[in-house]
Amino acid sequence: MESYVKLENIGMAFATKNGQFVALNNINLSIKAGEFISVIGHSGCGKSTVMNLIAGLLKPTDGVLLVGGREINGPGPDRAVVFQNHSLLPWLTCFENVLLAVQSVFKTETPQQQQTRAQDALALVGLSHAADKTPKEISGGMKQRVGIARALAMEPKFLLLDEPFGALDALTRAHLQDELMDIMRKTKCTALMVTHDVDEAVLLSDRIVMMTNGPAATIGEILDVNLPRPRARLDLAENADYNHLRTEVLKFLHQRHAHKQAA
Amino acid sequence: MEMTQTSKTAPDWIRKLTSLDWSAISAEWIKKLFGLIVSFAILLTIWTFIASITADFPGPGTTWDEAKALLADPFYAVGPNDMGIGWNVLYSLKRVGIGFGLAALIGIPMGFIIGRFTTMSRIANPIINLLRPVSPLAWLPLGLYVFKAADPSAIWVIFICSIWPMILNTAEGVRNVPKDYLNVARVLNLSEWQIATKILFPATLPNILTGVKLAVGTAWLVIVAAEMLTGGVGIGFWLWDEWNNLKIESIIIAIFIIGIVGLLLEQALMLIASKFAYEKD
Repeated sequence: MESYVKLENIGMAFATKNGQFVALNNINLSIKAGEFISVIGHSGCGKSTVMNLIAGLLKPTDGVLLVGGREINGPGPDRAVVFQNHSLLPWLTCFENVLLAVQSVFKTETPQQQQTRAQDALALVGLSHAADKTPKEISGGMKQRVGIARALAMEPKFLLLDEPFGALDALTRAHLQDELMDIMRKTKCTALMVTHDVDEAVLLSDRIVMMTNGPAATIGEILDVNLPRPRARLDLAENADYNHLRTEVLKFLHQRHAHKQAA
Repeated sequence: MEMTQTSKTAPDWIRKLTSLDWSAISAEWIKKLFGLIVSFAILLTIWTFIASITADFPGPGTTWDEAKALLADPFYAVGPNDMGIGWNVLYSLKRVGIGFGLAALIGIPMGFIIGRFTTMSRIANPIINLLRPVSPLAWLPLGLYVFKAADPSAIWVIFICSIWPMILNTAEGVRNVPKDYLNVARVLNLSEWQIATKILFPATLPNILTGVKLAVGTAWLVIVAAEMLTGGVGIGFWLWDEWNNLKIESIIIAIFIIGIVGLLLEQALMLIASKFAYEKD
């Protein structure tokens, strides 16, 4: 029970027209139950691949991937995903989008129980009023909140977030980060978030996994974030530990593993 | 109960109507009407010119008089060989409806299977690619031989010509369902049936309706030709019959009627399609 998710010597290669492309090489990571992990790195370093592997959407070409002591054999309701572009189904209302997830996980419950679950999940992200709206009728931030509600409604043990706030404006992003911290405290589920936002990583995480540049990317360093919770954005801005951690990540990304093409 | 509820708050469509910019819409309509008038003026001028240099070719005036007579009583029925033009159109529409309906019933599910499973598409594509370019009328003799009757043979030809666009468009739509939606399906652990009904079908509906539109369009083209060959009651045979009677006015009237019915079919389908088109955000 000590480590909930375990990645052992994971390697991932994709077949392309120009032969094999090795995306990930020798990834070792163990995630404890209740932990919040951020994976940060330059674009193209394969951080989303790590997430897709744990989600079960991809199968590693090398190594072993364990969830709760068992090898991952595809996606499962214990691991919910919040997608980068929310991926709500446009022909369903927000409520129906969440309900679809509930129905697939809690198959044996009565329709009333399922509907209550969907309503509760929307209430958790503060969107009860938008339940009957379709995704095109609501803002980007609201869509992403529905995406989070859909994931949480499955009552997952493990929440996977793929750059969940990347497409949002700074104010909405900050607001949703605070909400996510609040939700994580209430639900106590384990989470792995892919991000390229240094502040976001430090603010939300217990540990930050910093990845080297691809191809054949691997974990460069893992940074422990020992800031006390609950964390308040404003207090942290003046906090020396916070700023030190932030600098550490920035140094990793822009000094030791600067993106060659980015220059 | 529901009545009182809707009367309290104005229904959606009334609010939509009142919020529209009517002056902009009427300006748009005036432009469209202008185009329509000019287009008909050109058509009538060319027609009149051709009529004036061709012996016994009816001009717009004579045709109009004949049309008024024909359309005064479109639904008379003296016997199977003498029915009003309205009946003829309806008989043709019935054949199109049955042939197209059967094709939709088989073609749309087939399109789903072909689009979803690559192996099925590898098996089906050579057959489709071979048969699709064949003129639908080439299938008519086979129909006549098998069914030994004109009516089912015409329906058979309609079936064949309308099945291809529905298979191909449905398959294309299924193949192009965004990968995001399929990832959602996988993460949510949806069953293959749920994937089909909750994701593939709604995502593909716009493509299916494109297939339906093309199929109905083609079917309406083909039914006229098929009926010329099979005979019986129907606008195609009626046109051919009038040619045998050397009533050129009637042929021109038939052409207009076929055009108008085809236009209405397409408009109706476009209206249906617009109801089902979801907007990507």
